[in-house]
Amino acid sequence: MRQRFGRRSRQMGFDAERCLNVGNDMVSNAPRNCRVGVDIGGTFTDIALDLDGVLHSTKVLTDYAAPERAILKGVASVAEMAGIALSEIDLLIHGTTLATNALIERRGARTAFVTTEGFRDTLEMRTENRFEQYDLNIALPPALIARADRFTVRERMNAAGKVLLALDDASVEAVVSAIAAGGYESVAIGFIHAYANGAHEAAVRDAILERLPHLSVSISSEVSPQMREFERFNTVCANAYVKPAIKSYLDRLVISLKDIGVRCPVFMIHSGGGIVSVESASEFPVRLVESGPAGGAIFAADIARRHGLDTVLSFDMGGTTAKICLIENQVPKTAKTFEVARTYRFRKGSGMPISIPVVEMVEIGAGGGSIASVDGMRQIRVGPHSAASEPGPACYQRGGKNPTVTDADLILGKLDPNNFAGGAIPLSAAASRQAMVDDIGTVIGLDPDAAAYGTCEMVDENMANAGRVHTVENGKNIADFTMITFGGAGPLHAARLCEKMGISTFLVPAGAGVGSAIGFLRAPFGYESVRSAVFNLSNFDFAEANRLVDAMQAEALGFVEGGLDRGAPVIERTLFMRYAGQGWDIPVPLDAKKFDTDSTRMLAAQFETEYERFFGRAIEGLDIEIVSWSVKASSPLPPVDRVAAVDEGSVVTPAKTRRLFEASQGAFLDAGIHERDGLKPGDVVKGPAIVVERETSTMLTAAFKAIVQSDGCLLVTRT
Amino acid sequence: MNQSMIDIHMQVMWNRLISVVEEQAQTLIRTAFSTSVREAGDLSAGVFDLEGRMLAQAVTGTPGHVNAMAESVAHFIRDIGPDNIFEGDVYITNDPWKGTGHLHDITVVTPSFHHGKLVGYFASTPHVVDVGGRGFGPDAREVYEEGLFIPIMKFFERGDLNRTLIHIVRNNVRENDKVVGDFHALAACNETGHRRLIDMLTEFNLEDLSMIGGFILKHSREATLERLRNLPHGSWSYSLDLDGYDEPVHLAAKLTIGPEGVLVDFDGTSGMSKFGINVPLVYAKAYACYGIKCVVAPEIPNNAASLAPFDVAAPEGCILNAKRPAPVAVRHVLGHFVPDLVLGALHQALPGQVPAEGASALWNLHMSVRPVADQIGGKGAEILMFNSGGSGARTALDGLNATAFPSGVHTMPIEATENVGPVIIWRKELREGSGGAGAHRGGLGQMIEIEAAEGYSFRFSAMFDRLNHPARGRDGGLDGAPGGVALDDGTALKGKGLQFVPEGRRLVLSLPGGGGYGTPADRPADAVAHDVKHGYITEEQAALYGKAGGKA
Repeated sequence: MRQRFGRRSRQMGFDAERCLNVGNDMVSNAPRNCRVGVDIGGTFTDIALDLDGVLHSTKVLTDYAAPERAILKGVASVAEMAGIALSEIDLLIHGTTLATNALIERRGARTAFVTTEGFRDTLEMRTENRFEQYDLNIALPPALIARADRFTVRERMNAAGKVLLALDDASVEAVVSAIAAGGYESVAIGFIHAYANGAHEAAVRDAILERLPHLSVSISSEVSPQMREFERFNTVCANAYVKPAIKSYLDRLVISLKDIGVRCPVFMIHSGGGIVSVESASEFPVRLVESGPAGGAIFAADIARRHGLDTVLSFDMGGTTAKICLIENQVPKTAKTFEVARTYRFRKGSGMPISIPVVEMVEIGAGGGSIASVDGMRQIRVGPHSAASEPGPACYQRGGKNPTVTDADLILGKLDPNNFAGGAIPLSAAASRQAMVDDIGTVIGLDPDAAAYGTCEMVDENMANAGRVHTVENGKNIADFTMITFGGAGPLHAARLCEKMGISTFLVPAGAGVGSAIGFLRAPFGYESVRSAVFNLSNFDFAEANRLVDAMQAEALGFVEGGLDRGAPVIERTLFMRYAGQGWDIPVPLDAKKFDTDSTRMLAAQFETEYERFFGRAIEGLDIEIVSWSVKASSPLPPVDRVAAVDEGSVVTPAKTRRLFEASQGAFLDAGIHERDGLKPGDVVKGPAIVVERETSTMLTAAFKAIVQSDGCLLVTRT
Repeated sequence: MNQSMIDIHMQVMWNRLISVVEEQAQTLIRTAFSTSVREAGDLSAGVFDLEGRMLAQAVTGTPGHVNAMAESVAHFIRDIGPDNIFEGDVYITNDPWKGTGHLHDITVVTPSFHHGKLVGYFASTPHVVDVGGRGFGPDAREVYEEGLFIPIMKFFERGDLNRTLIHIVRNNVRENDKVVGDFHALAACNETGHRRLIDMLTEFNLEDLSMIGGFILKHSREATLERLRNLPHGSWSYSLDLDGYDEPVHLAAKLTIGPEGVLVDFDGTSGMSKFGINVPLVYAKAYACYGIKCVVAPEIPNNAASLAPFDVAAPEGCILNAKRPAPVAVRHVLGHFVPDLVLGALHQALPGQVPAEGASALWNLHMSVRPVADQIGGKGAEILMFNSGGSGARTALDGLNATAFPSGVHTMPIEATENVGPVIIWRKELREGSGGAGAHRGGLGQMIEIEAAEGYSFRFSAMFDRLNHPARGRDGGLDGAPGGVALDDGTALKGKGLQFVPEGRRLVLSLPGGGGYGTPADRPADAVAHDVKHGYITEEQAALYGKAGGKA
């Protein structure tokens, strides 16, 4: 199997090389600007190079033993394509799933956790909740740090950050000795209310480093100064757990890049969608978790800028999962916390919480490889189990016997059996039909076409429901959004999804196969500082609030310095507010630079406006509180050229047609088949139709037509 | 479209209807003021047809609402009167016998109109912060002392707010802003459900819910009956002894499984208590049904048809069939033991599938914190915490440490609790050695220590059980540790009722562990050694396993 993969990768590497001109046509002889984005994913390492607006890209197989080897190979290859020397690269931006994988696979450093006496088991007790109500045999995910490796010291802060119990030197001494004896590589420290006052955490860190200077120590008041002890403790433990491996990897990467002649600085993309230095990333590696998917959202945000779209939903559907992100005013929406490594059907609560700023994505266990089956209610269910790429869908004929979404797509005519992945993988419709009959047809009496239709309807319905709930949670109406779709399966399902969600327009960008790597190139230098601190508007201490915001701004700016050749930083401040007594806070953008005596009235008015937008009506006479604070500093994005409008040209007559199932009519129709490379700006393709390219195909239902844009995007609208 | 296409279409609509009620529930979680709703998921939401039959229900933290709420809508239709139902109406009650078992649960029902025609109802229920009376606790002698009783009535009529009702509520409850805020949150979440339903009917070109409702009920009934046909048929009995308030309580159940249904008969159960631990039958039924469903039909969604085959019987006046005006405020304590009761009977029918007994009842703690002297000027606070002991060992897995079962609620972060009011939680960690020994060990309970902040003292309402009746092991497994309630100076406190903790003293709660499953000698030596190394059991307890300290 490995042999075959090796062969495929060479072929893939060759075939997947692309040269794409995006927008900026003003290539001059002035000093050239060359930036490289590198995304390490589970299967492929994607490299994108932007030379004065012209993109080159390639894919190489990810090297698990030494990930930097694949990078060196890919960077050399893409530089050669662009015809430049490695020394001419000005900037390299990198994102990686290594931190995420280390958490999922539990391959991290031997780590000790030090916490407040009385709270040794917070990590293990979680929320005291079962994430699935009706399964008597669930297993909760084990704590990241086992009980024997969790130590306590006598100390205590109160909710206001005042010392209730002074740090007890004897207990600190005992813990330091235990850590010395335990052979640990890394230590996490998390104390109760340390988000309000981290002095005790810092003192214990100093005590450890004084005796054990070789240890790597992470403290919660720096890694994640947010209230909620389980989430914060877990976050600092995750940081400590991955830190030694990530630091060693990044050190090796920087040196080996220098060795082959790359002289530019290396920066990392973080989960919040900004860029930080390698040094910051080594110190706070938990911020690298989910940075790859963040790249996809930035990619979509960049397309939104170029097309002047303010209300966008990105839809990225791959082999195992689909991800949906809201992008408003061309900025991906971020959250203060998320969950990684879910262990039970992607169920909320079955993973581990990480409280850091993150591009907010809804992840659904729905991809091309998702397996369809019949449940006890004799209903078709799809996912979250996936046949992934090995053994893959039944139609790959590599040993997969279960029917998948890709099998359903093939049966319904959405895929060409002889032209999948550019013909690299021949598909067998007979195998797909057999799998559908075996697992679904004979169980509930459906023919393969109906079973395939049911499979696609269920997976599309699942994704549409998740998208709808997510937009509602953000106080929005999904029908107002424009979808930007990418990923291997996204463009195949987008049209039906839009029908279900009431969306009238979607865009399919060119170059979507390496979307995350391209997204890295479009990301700002940026860092978001998030802290919990409760302030009531009824007795608002504006001087204290100013001190807090100033400190956070200084922290955020500290991380973006060095990347600020693009001009003065953009500062965004957001307050998370609620009525006192509620549990759910909503983000309220803060316009004022300083708080003063007028602030209370202004903040209340702004909160009420936002509250009404979310929940319909404000409530009179209640006190309002600020719970958390965010200050984000980022470099201004360089201006982009708006994609020139194209005149709607003539309708292209397809060279060939194929039977394609039309879900809204419940019948097969003749659909035109178009090669995307053969289309030019202005061309119009009317559904039912398929636009085929190497990495994916765009399916148009009868209700849609596509107009090719000047940048190669397909703009698909309801007719 | 042929029949198979129509069936698939129906499945899609069923999924959508479930998504509609999940959205309804999410809206309530995000707008509610009640701590138990927003932090702990103590709520339910569902959609009903014209006859008041539930078609779909959101999966939330409260099995106790499963069919309690399911049955409530029929009461609303009857009491409001079919001719008196108008577009823009919203109805409300907290009748424990027509809602979900105590006055703290407010049920709000909204009729849903499409093209001017009534098509169905949305209902939702949370636990609110306060309903007046004595406050949340077991000490009342009659339901009249437990707070304001709102019979089924209109909260809005044709869009107009019932200001008289709000005026009465505002003048009878503590924290009235939050309570009235929750009333509005309930109306808003039903409204969200209604709007989504209308979107759905429009998209699928339907005039009403009759076709999709018929499909849901037919398939659910068939799937449930198929399960019942495949179960052993017959009758099995089990009983539990519990602490009660002032005297022990005996719960008894005879479980009869037949091809058409399951009946749980509580005959033999103790009579009513003089205090508020009594349970209306609707609530006992909900938990009986939940316990059985976990084993026989876990993935069949809750609706009128999937719940219909499960029924209960109890002599009138028994503690699981309390009648008005019995006090019922903390009906959850005994209610939470009903799954242990029915699972014990089910174990005999289906050996090897049912866990051992667990801590089961949540250790809810309601604290009223007050300044010790007026001149301090500090404000008091009402603080609610949900805490869980250990669950029973499973047939192939250890019990879950400090995890709620059968309740599905979350605990609150102690950092959030300390931000609500002047209390210090000094300790909240696993209680070592509290899980019952067995081939599979019972889950550990937890230790909690709480003190009022300097200058404050607090009263708390105890609603704790298993102090004298620990969770029993199964098939040779040993019992979990019993619970304990005391002050840090060693003063023992009661398991039920209002008590006082002076300034400077800590309340110490020892939450019970779960029972073990199977003979301890059958536990692998490396599992015993692991438990010793991590301190889940003591060296002495390791001897129970006959492994001499688990030296593996």
